[in-house]
Amino acid sequence: MAEKIILIPGRSSKQGTSLNQGKLKDEYIAVTSTLEMNQDDMDRLKLVDGDEVRLINDVGETIVRCLGKKPEDLPHGTAFIPYGPPSSQLMASDTAGSGMPLSKHMEVEIEKISA
Amino acid sequence: MSENIKIVKNATCTFCGCVCDDMELHVDLDENRIVKTKKACVLGKAWFLEHTIEKDAHAAMIDGKKVSMEEAIEEAAQTLVKAKFPITYGLSDSTSEAQRQAVAISDIVKGNVDTTSSVCHGPTGMAFQGVGESTSTLGEVKNRADLVIYWGANPAESHPRHFGRYSVTAKGMFTPNGKKDRTVVIVDVRKTKSSPVADINIRPKIGKDFEILWALRALVKGKKVADDIEEQTGISLETLEDLVERMKNCRFGVFFFGMGLTMPRGRHFNTGALLALATDLNEFTHFVAKPLRGHGNVTGADNVVSWQTGYPFSVNFNRGYPRFNPGEFSTVDLLSKGEADAAMIIASDPASNFPKKAIEHLKSIPVISLDTKSTLTSKDAHVAFRVSTYGINTTGTVYRMDDVPITLNPAFDSPFPGDEEVLKGIKKRVQELMLARHNANGARGEAKVAAARIQE
Amino acid sequence: MASSMRIINGRVYDPTNNIDGEVKEICIKDGKIVESVADDATVIDAKGMVIMPGAVDIHCHIAGPKVNAARKLQPEDHRHDVHESTPFTRSGTGGTVPSTFTTGYRYATLGYTTAMEAAVTPIGARHTLEEFHDTPVIDKGFYVLLANNIFLQNLLRENRLEEFDQAVAWWVSSTKAYTVKLVNPGGDEPWKGKKNSNVADIDEKTDEELSPRQIIEAFIKSVHKQGFPHPPHIHCNNLGHSGNYITTLETMKTAGDMRAHLAHIQFHSYGGELGKNPTSKAAEIIEYINNHPNITCDVGQVMFGKATIMTADAPLAYVLKGHSKGKWVNADTECESGCGIVPFSYQEHIYMHTLQWAIGLELFLMSEDPWRVLLSTDHPNGGSFMSYPKLIKLLMDKSFRHEEMKRVNQKALDSCSLRDLEREYSLYEIAIITRAGPAKVLGLPNKGHLGVGADADITIYDEMEDKEMMFNAPRYVIKSGNSIIENHEFKNDFTGKLLHIVPEYDKKIEEIVQPFFESYYSIEFSNYAVDDSYLHDHEIIPTGQA
Repeated sequence: MAEKIILIPGRSSKQGTSLNQGKLKDEYIAVTSTLEMNQDDMDRLKLVDGDEVRLINDVGETIVRCLGKKPEDLPHGTAFIPYGPPSSQLMASDTAGSGMPLSKHMEVEIEKISA
Repeated sequence: MSENIKIVKNATCTFCGCVCDDMELHVDLDENRIVKTKKACVLGKAWFLEHTIEKDAHAAMIDGKKVSMEEAIEEAAQTLVKAKFPITYGLSDSTSEAQRQAVAISDIVKGNVDTTSSVCHGPTGMAFQGVGESTSTLGEVKNRADLVIYWGANPAESHPRHFGRYSVTAKGMFTPNGKKDRTVVIVDVRKTKSSPVADINIRPKIGKDFEILWALRALVKGKKVADDIEEQTGISLETLEDLVERMKNCRFGVFFFGMGLTMPRGRHFNTGALLALATDLNEFTHFVAKPLRGHGNVTGADNVVSWQTGYPFSVNFNRGYPRFNPGEFSTVDLLSKGEADAAMIIASDPASNFPKKAIEHLKSIPVISLDTKSTLTSKDAHVAFRVSTYGINTTGTVYRMDDVPITLNPAFDSPFPGDEEVLKGIKKRVQELMLARHNANGARGEAKVAAARIQE
Repeated sequence: MASSMRIINGRVYDPTNNIDGEVKEICIKDGKIVESVADDATVIDAKGMVIMPGAVDIHCHIAGPKVNAARKLQPEDHRHDVHESTPFTRSGTGGTVPSTFTTGYRYATLGYTTAMEAAVTPIGARHTLEEFHDTPVIDKGFYVLLANNIFLQNLLRENRLEEFDQAVAWWVSSTKAYTVKLVNPGGDEPWKGKKNSNVADIDEKTDEELSPRQIIEAFIKSVHKQGFPHPPHIHCNNLGHSGNYITTLETMKTAGDMRAHLAHIQFHSYGGELGKNPTSKAAEIIEYINNHPNITCDVGQVMFGKATIMTADAPLAYVLKGHSKGKWVNADTECESGCGIVPFSYQEHIYMHTLQWAIGLELFLMSEDPWRVLLSTDHPNGGSFMSYPKLIKLLMDKSFRHEEMKRVNQKALDSCSLRDLEREYSLYEIAIITRAGPAKVLGLPNKGHLGVGADADITIYDEMEDKEMMFNAPRYVIKSGNSIIENHEFKNDFTGKLLHIVPEYDKKIEEIVQPFFESYYSIEFSNYAVDDSYLHDHEIIPTGQA
């Protein structure tokens, strides 16, 4: 069952340290494929840490693994992901004349990938 | 680890915009790598320890095959000169000396130059052009700031030493007790690793920064705000009024703001509202605002492009002089509209972090890449240069996020050339090729004139 | 590129060597003026032309952190004024704050071959030198801001004058500056630390201990003792405020009989009451200067049209923000300086702007010694350097001046004496206020003249009735013996060199500065001094010959 969430790509220190090893290395790929979610949202979607989910919008889709965060730390209906190739798959190219693609607060659909 | 250790003091970390210049590096000269760092944060440590020399890498490759440096420079120059709309992008993780060469190349081939600013604090640059900015160097924050407000930024993870060196626990001339002498406020939609540092955490609804900043401007000027402000923004009037009192009554206030303002809807309107608020507050006290710049020398890129062209980023030379227009000459737009027909990418990896459509076009045109590591961009490049790392292997100048320039003190030699050296080579060659083309055109022109005379 | 050259048949204006329009041959070899050259030297026939040394701008703002901020701030200033590349020169943009390449080329197109950036923070020296490297043709140097330096002020508070001298020398040496610049001494701390206030009087002790006068006096004495080629370059307190001429007179008196250079003195020659419209006190100011050969100044003429206020005097910029209502930049530099930037426009119909324009002209026209009252617009504060030819015409052509006077605020003219001044500058005097004078005041022995041994920086103009047209477009410009402009066209590019001084100091001063640094600066002491890699071509002007 798909549900709409707001995706917030951003920096994390792990994303920062792993990119120094190289962007084609396993750790960077793992870090940038980890989606932090509100635990309540995860419970409702019957997700547990490490489950694969598909994120979809008009631009494209990507598959990432989810990780729960305390509900008071991340608002309902939002999810955080470190910048990287997976978040790029969802980024629209329209910059509204600014040069800056909309890179935060992106509306995406999330769905669990059945094992 | 060998016994052959060199210690480098006051080296500079160029990973983030903090550009900490107090690093102590222990270099194993036999293995040519840094084995230990003192004072580096988690990001800095990774920066120094992971930038080793990859012995199996080639300094120059064409279509994935090893070539000589001369061949690669020739091919890069030919590619840029042959293209109708060559673009240069990246530059933020390079010295200002290299940046100067890169802008020169774009000027000479009448191409386009843009930096990672356009997808970082470009909207702050645009806001700056609109409203100006009250700002200061970071030492002034350390010495004087008694109210520090972070907005849409998570320095604990993006700029880990920012609190300690400059803004929160740092002890200065009029802040001898460090954090005790300051009030720290963090405005962010989510709890981050920075949140515990704050005396006051403000958690607005997503995408309401502009509305909050505008309400604060109104309150600072003694005007009323909408009754349903809390409903709209998630922040109570009481909280806003308390913040306004603190801002008006502090001795030296500072905003640090991040991509929480530049990247979502609103972009330069968000940053413009914040810069305008800081300006307004100077009617009551001393107040400054600073973007938390990301890459080591993105501030240098803004400076170099500005002094050479008059504009900070997204500059086009197609007509033989600089024109500025983000949205038109910004790289994301040029690529996703399919306009560029060759690209030189310096110290950046758009193939991994640009929008999908832009990446697709990038993959369809010849790319020249300069990078210290293999990336998605360099992997598919037509001409790929493997370069040494600034600050670790090469010297040069880096501008800290507050425009303070620092000279790099490198740790060990690399078998790979620096960006500046490669770019100087390309510049020399494109200049020769363009001059030859000019002379050829000129000769043709004269020949035409002669022919016309004969006909008469 | 530098070959030997002979310029024949031109009328030479070389005031340093008392040559006033005589037809004289000028010979060039290896970048210098020489007695004679071999017969195969390139010959320029300057018949009907006027030969002058390359001009020297003693006070302008062309490079460094504040200039670049002003560039970034004003895309609207660049768009309408582009500068195209050629196969051998770089492109750029103009307006009141041109890009670096355009700055160099445009100075050259006016016959200027040397320009001094008048205000650089020590921590911004590296940035300034990088921009200089990208500022072609002209030779350049900069003055380093030291009057609001907290460490130096602390030494003065503790009366440690010996260490003060050493520290001044250390700062000038380590930044590769040309002299010290004093801007609104004592004004930074009230601005940054006391809710945007300012110091109002030269004898006001904002912290109970130190007044602006004490700071000014200390620098004048120190620089005098150390024999810098150019004395402290002073931007007085109270710039722009009605009644400030008293402060200016007091500042000059503080120098006693030691040398002092007063920058853009027009902005400091106002009578009247604070907060009300000013009156002209040009007569009082120029009288003091006429009678005191130790004092030199540049005028800081206001020219109508677009300008950009950029100054280390942050409180002043804030006041102007109140008038312009537009965008504003404030930029504080730790322990060293403040800075303000405001786009501005001087308009003929406004009383204040006309009075400023008139006071500048009064100062020029009442000056009895052109060697000490020098041409500047405080570019781009009073107007762009591109308006120098028009300013020269205003000085040389009284009928033009009177025509221009019809277009300005008459009430302002009623309140000053400009209408009564009939003087016209001669070409010889223009050569003094734009060449020989600034070179002499700067202590540059090889600039501003055409005697044997001088740098071969030469401008050749077609002699024309319309002096604005004449000075707008030299037919030839030669820089260090290189032919840069021939028949009004760029023929070559050239980098130019840095002019700086290296006063000696006792190394022990570093041990005294360092602990302060470690506590209050945000960069490491060892990363502060500018190393020689930033010099490119340079010339050290000797000190200690006072």
